[in-house]
Amino acid sequence: MATVRLSFSPAPVHVRTARLVGVAVARRAGVAEELLDEVRLAIGEACTRAVALHNQYGLPDLVTVEMSDSDSYSVRVIDHAPIEASVGLTKLPPDELADESLTDEALTTGVGFALLAGFVDDLQVRPVDDGPGTEVRMVWPVRRR
Amino acid sequence: MELSLATRTVAEHTVLEVGGEVDVYTAPRLRERLVELVDSGVRSVVVDLGGVEFLDSTGLGVLVGAMKRLRVANGRFSLVCSKEALLKIFRITALDQVFPIFPTIEAATADSDGSATS
Repeated sequence: MATVRLSFSPAPVHVRTARLVGVAVARRAGVAEELLDEVRLAIGEACTRAVALHNQYGLPDLVTVEMSDSDSYSVRVIDHAPIEASVGLTKLPPDELADESLTDEALTTGVGFALLAGFVDDLQVRPVDDGPGTEVRMVWPVRRR
Repeated sequence: MELSLATRTVAEHTVLEVGGEVDVYTAPRLRERLVELVDSGVRSVVVDLGGVEFLDSTGLGVLVGAMKRLRVANGRFSLVCSKEALLKIFRITALDQVFPIFPTIEAATADSDGSATS
């Protein structure tokens, strides 16, 4: 099993780096080419969520992305925000998306979760084992090499 | 690829051509440009996503924000997109039911019945 671990300060500019690394490792792991766009988007959304939470709570802590390719390709995105793991993970119905009362942040969060849930068949969101924080775990199948 | 933005006028419409990656880092520049357009009095904005290689929730949020601004100003907002990868994003988020999405600029600028912001 090979593991790549990337930690970055919670700045938007680094989310692109995480996407690029995540896709590079996915390709190396044997994830099908036609899934790579979805991998790119899902890792980006999970990292965007983590960065937004760290900024919201004024946390300078690093966001961690851990990728491993054993029988499948799994990616864990770990934040340290002191919230319930399920906060912000609600898909918005169409009639609420363009509602004037919905804040930009709430809209982006809801849309972000819709993308995660829509693109990742095997998705888990749970509290981290130690201290505050959430782990978003995503798994994709790999081809035999 | 970095974000690229260019505007041109087609009849009474202002077409904003977007290229590159629209994400949490670059979306603020897109928001800024759209706000500038609306504040300068533009009342019909067509955002051409033909050159977009990546679009995330932050970018989608910016597009919804622009649509709301134009709606308040009695303007109209539409998107041009024919890439299946992007169209899938709109379908999954149900935003295909929120935005008027056209396959070409010609189709977007020909549709002048004013229903685009509903």
